[in-house]
Amino acid sequence: MILAFVEHESGLPDEVSLEALSLARSLATAEGTELAAAVFGDEGAALADELGAYGVEEVHHVTHDDLEGYAPEAWGESVAQLADDLEAGTVVVPGTDRGHEVAAHAGATLDAPMAANCVAVDVGDDGAYELERHRWGGSLLEHARLEGERKLVSAAKHEFPVEAADEETDPTVVTFSPSLEAEHLRVRVDRVESGDEEGIPLGEARVVVGGGRGVGGPDDYDQLEELADLLGGTVGASRAAINEGWRPHDDQVGQTGAKISPDIYIACGISGAVQHMVGCKGSETILAINTDPEAAIIQKADWAVVGDLHEVVPELNDAIRERT
Amino acid sequence: MNVLACVKRVPNTGAKIVLTDDNQRIDASNLGFTMSPHEECAIEEAIQQVEAHGGSAHVLTLGPEDATEQLRTGLAMQADEATLLETDGAEWGPRATADAIANAVRDLADDGTEFDLLLFGTESADAANYQVGVRVARKLGRPCVTGIKSLDVEDGTAIAGREVSGGEEIYEVDLPAVVTVKEGINEPRYASMRAKMQARKQELDHLEPAGAAGGGTFEKVRLEAPETDDSAAEVLGDGPDAVPEIVEVLESEVEVL
Ligand SMILES: Cc1cc2nc3c(=O)[nH]c(=O)nc-3n(C[C@H](O)[C@H](O)[C@H](O)COP(=O)(O)OP(=O)(O)OC[C@H]3O[C@@H](n4cnc5c(N)ncnc54)[C@H](O)[C@@H]3O)c2cc1C
Repeated sequence: MILAFVEHESGLPDEVSLEALSLARSLATAEGTELAAAVFGDEGAALADELGAYGVEEVHHVTHDDLEGYAPEAWGESVAQLADDLEAGTVVVPGTDRGHEVAAHAGATLDAPMAANCVAVDVGDDGAYELERHRWGGSLLEHARLEGERKLVSAAKHEFPVEAADEETDPTVVTFSPSLEAEHLRVRVDRVESGDEEGIPLGEARVVVGGGRGVGGPDDYDQLEELADLLGGTVGASRAAINEGWRPHDDQVGQTGAKISPDIYIACGISGAVQHMVGCKGSETILAINTDPEAAIIQKADWAVVGDLHEVVPELNDAIRERT
Repeated sequence: MNVLACVKRVPNTGAKIVLTDDNQRIDASNLGFTMSPHEECAIEEAIQQVEAHGGSAHVLTLGPEDATEQLRTGLAMQADEATLLETDGAEWGPRATADAIANAVRDLADDGTEFDLLLFGTESADAANYQVGVRVARKLGRPCVTGIKSLDVEDGTAIAGREVSGGEEIYEVDLPAVVTVKEGINEPRYASMRAKMQARKQELDHLEPAGAAGGGTFEKVRLEAPETDDSAAEVLGDGPDAVPEIVEVLESEVEVL
């Protein structure tokens, strides 16, 4: 049995969870075993209708009187108990914050190994997994071996397609009641405070204008803001610019910042370090504006302008304004 | 309140990652070393919490003798003490690492230093296994919150915030606890030259790491630098003269105008 942990919003499965289901299903097929899903929350059972399309045979709806809202340790503990109950060899989770957290707790309970952010998993002749996973935010691949009576893998975000199964299933819904102690429930979401949504979130912008150390100071981001406004986009930054105190960390694109996927990323005064590039590799296209024709970003961009951004950007803004 | 920040030494790769011939590690012969930005923030958070509540801030790493460099970075930032769990330089997996750190926390407690708060980066810069903090917490029987970007301690309770789409999830957990943090939780300070000089002379605690992976196997076979599309960009021109070409690209190719 392969057990997939599926996150959902009011009964609609999360996209990364569906990607993870593609991986889970391929493992179930390779091992000639069944695919089951673990779901939490009041609308969990409603998910069954959705999951049949992805070849899930059993939907295990985890319920418990004291389980209300997200509680990482309790969820991990429940997944572990369910995996033991079903004798599931593998638990597959989405490569999200919660997916990783739940898997790490389940792995701790099961004393089982866990491989995070996998991009490919093959089942070897001896049943051990030969897998590839992301290191350095995806700028490096690790080939690894994962083996055990119980094991956990997460599917790296947006590396697997969301794919319907060849044959649709009609999953049975089974209620699973874990046995939980007070200590499993001591960490839980106490409340959710809504943030002040200003402008377009970086991850969703169609156009991102990025500014790095080459911008030279906080005030010159005005030109980049203006360009972003003209194009209906938003401004991002490199870590160097954030370390200088020119921009807030929320603007950071990269390994320890936001991952963006705009139609175009206009990178101004950014050298193209691997930790920056893993944040913007999802961009359809990249235009680099840089004084250094040898800068690494020029190798990685589709278009480049060699020049001083302080001269190019204002003139570009003028030209765009004149058009309209 | 005593706070421990756990960090990991990693090569400071630049624009391209080059591997050693056996594909077992990054060729760091021309590289400096650093730690993850998340971990710099963990050290800063430890120091700030101690500044606010008293006690002492410690830094710990599991790694080779050279990893004292990262510990000294922490000391220069004004952490009080540092501990090296010294390895022979071979890479330790996440489970053995967690076991060794949990054992070290117990040993330090036996020697009189009980930690109220253990801080980690949510994932390391290099291996990014997303589990060491959680496994340490579970071995020590402590509550754990991960991916934290705001932290307050009040009357023995940690109030921790995690970013989710549209806002922040707030957790409240009793100390002693384990918290894994993300860059952005604070702004790590720059150490002064003087502090760096002093940190160089400070005594470090060396401990022998004792950690076992447990059941099953998760082991690295080799690394691979993925193919990147390094076909050079089409140069649209030099300086402002290129503006008409940029407008053309935005209009016809990307269609954002
Ligand atoms: C574990 C780890 C995680 C990291 N995470 C991130 C991350 O999430 N995001 C991130 O961005 N970085 C990250 N970094 C840092 C990264 O390695 C680089 O240091 C950083 O991205 C460099 O920023 P930069 O390109 O702005 O600065 P620099 O590398 O200094 O480049 C500045 C560029 O500006 C150009 N320039 C200068 N003046 C002008 C001008 N007037 N007009 C046009 N061009 C000009 C220069 O030619 C140069 O190419 C991380 C590092 C580590 C070790």
